[in-house]
Amino acid sequence: MDEYRLITTSSPHLHSGESISRIMFSVAIALLLPTFAGIYFFGFRALSLVIITSLAAVLTEAIFQKLRNKPITIADGSALVTGMLLALNLPPGLPYWMAVVGAVVAISLGKQIYGGLGANPFNPALIGRVFLMITFTTPMTTWINPIDGMTGATPLSLMKMEGISTDYTKLLLGNSGGSLGETSALLIIIGGLYLIYKGYVDWTIPASYLGSVALFVAILGQDPVFHLLSGGLMLGAFFMATDMVTTPLSKFGKVIFGIGAGVFTVLIRVYGGYPEGVSFSILLMNAFTPLINRFTVPKIYGEVKAR
Amino acid sequence: MLKTFKGGIHPPYNKNLTNFKPIEKAILPKKVIIPMGMHIGAPCEPLVKVGDTVKKGQKIGEAKGFVSVPAHASISGKVTAVEPRPWPGGGLMMSVVIESDGKDELFEGVKPSKSLSDLSPDEIKNLIREAGITGLGGAGFPTQVKLSPPPEKSVDTIIVNAAECEPYITADHRLLLERPDDVVLGLEAIMKATGVKRSFIGIENNKLDAVESIQKVVQGKEGIEVVILATKYPQGGEKQLIKAVTGREVPSGGLPMDVGVIVNNTGTCAAIANVLKTGLPLIERITTVTGSGIREPKNLLIRIGTPLIDIIEQCGGFKGRPGKVLMGGPMMGLAQSQLEAPAIKGTSGLLVLEKADVRLYEPSPCIRCARCVDVCPINLLPTTLAKFAEKNMWVEAESYHAMDCIECGCCSFVCPAHIPLTQHIRIAKSHIIALRKKK
Repeated sequence: MDEYRLITTSSPHLHSGESISRIMFSVAIALLLPTFAGIYFFGFRALSLVIITSLAAVLTEAIFQKLRNKPITIADGSALVTGMLLALNLPPGLPYWMAVVGAVVAISLGKQIYGGLGANPFNPALIGRVFLMITFTTPMTTWINPIDGMTGATPLSLMKMEGISTDYTKLLLGNSGGSLGETSALLIIIGGLYLIYKGYVDWTIPASYLGSVALFVAILGQDPVFHLLSGGLMLGAFFMATDMVTTPLSKFGKVIFGIGAGVFTVLIRVYGGYPEGVSFSILLMNAFTPLINRFTVPKIYGEVKAR
Repeated sequence: MLKTFKGGIHPPYNKNLTNFKPIEKAILPKKVIIPMGMHIGAPCEPLVKVGDTVKKGQKIGEAKGFVSVPAHASISGKVTAVEPRPWPGGGLMMSVVIESDGKDELFEGVKPSKSLSDLSPDEIKNLIREAGITGLGGAGFPTQVKLSPPPEKSVDTIIVNAAECEPYITADHRLLLERPDDVVLGLEAIMKATGVKRSFIGIENNKLDAVESIQKVVQGKEGIEVVILATKYPQGGEKQLIKAVTGREVPSGGLPMDVGVIVNNTGTCAAIANVLKTGLPLIERITTVTGSGIREPKNLLIRIGTPLIDIIEQCGGFKGRPGKVLMGGPMMGLAQSQLEAPAIKGTSGLLVLEKADVRLYEPSPCIRCARCVDVCPINLLPTTLAKFAEKNMWVEAESYHAMDCIECGCCSFVCPAHIPLTQHIRIAKSHIIALRKKK
């Protein structure tokens, strides 16, 4: 019967058809929504920044893998997602070359140095952003107002420095100062819900993250709605705290992750030196992820006493 | 809310290839190969030698030990070989080969038993053992052993597993539609043999016609209840079924009887009824022959020992180039390499996938998406276990409950990185067993 050369692999013999590239490109599509908001409010500058940063990320991945004689995996879409996420977290007026430096750092020091996709402990885009934040502090905190392009302050720093709140509608739509893709809470939420619907984002993380921020802010006597809608929280909660590679495996672990990120965010926003703490808090919780995984191994079927 | 379990998947079921087709009697095979170990437990010892003539239903292999069942001739004819032959479990197995005389003569000793009401529990269990009945779901555990729990275990519930959650397979579905009274008679025999007064028949809600069919027979009978279950794979996994029907959890490393339950397959019940009614041991079974690579998919009543290639030819032969021939369904079925191997007691299906439908994937790195964690019906961490297996960390794999894996395949099915998680865990289990034996 050798004539048939039957294939004898181990069961199961069916597959769902899901793939990493499908997940990554769905995330990229969802990220287009806040990208459009950025382009609408900050113009051509935003568009070019997103394109340049994404290209730099993808190229860095290819070059790094080429140098290490590893298969080039840019087609999986993960470097594109990192590049887009980084761009959405940058001030729209940032010099292009600084954005490129950020992308190179994100991919090389944030991801490839650990062995590439799946092996990085920290969210690569946030590594890139925090690197830029510390290295080029002034350009990274120089914000321009939407539409008119004048320099101004973000709603969070207005609140922190001068105690001035910003109109909720402005925050929801995105007509306020801030990073390129973080200003329109509404479009970010729509993109995030799309990913939750597709099953690519676990709702427990945004729910616990946003929920804990609202709760702790309220406890500290500040306006929870303002805090939820401003800064990088929405973008972080839906797109960065949900990065599969760097977050816990179990549902309970994810809830701990979300709450932890929420607590750190509020602490930094209210008591810290920076007006915003989303990036730092997610990175901090990334560091805790292996520990969380260790202590949240789910109780299995049959962990019961015999009758 | 329909009863079900935590986790699981919704694979494409493809049952509509055969679920409307009545059970068809296969033609008498020219030759059968009867492996001596079609069951879990000690293989039996051949009772015949080359040149002997045997008749249908005659015992040709004697059970060795408690966890074992005898084997019987499924046709009449001459023994042409008693030697190791390929069998669907892989490798070689001592087998008795019978060349048919074309007469299909019944062995003189095969007679209907006394009616169920006149049989004692021990007589029923003995009939079941002597008829060579094993679980027909696939694993092939001797039924009589299942029905004889040690006295310290108090069994209060019998469940008939009619979930048939494996995609493609429709053998039990057709049985429930065409011979519901046999399924119920077999169940009543099991209840009498074990002295259990309460039983359930669990059926997934994608077979509501089967529910209706069995409901009619059960009506008015005391202690038998039909339970409609959600259609979800692996709803027919023993532990998942018990959880869904009774809410009880079989303890890790334990058996259903540890929570007072005995589960039997639909086909097993019908086989028991067949012994009571005709005296015929387990020499035939219903097999769903199906898949993209089969010209005429069918539900066939085949003789045990029929070479797989004969069964395929009776269904119009291959359509296109065969890629995989599976014994069982696509989730847990065993890929066959040799088609002269015979169908055995556990052959619930023969699934042929066309070459174009067989896709082999190159695994990429795990992105820790945790889909495997979400679908695991045992609540394991498949990705973590697979990583331990890749690094030969067997002790760690054991401490993360690798031995509790039921190998349902849900994790591999959903993995976007195409990592063969189930296979990794299976390898870990075999190493853990080897390590335990060493101690």
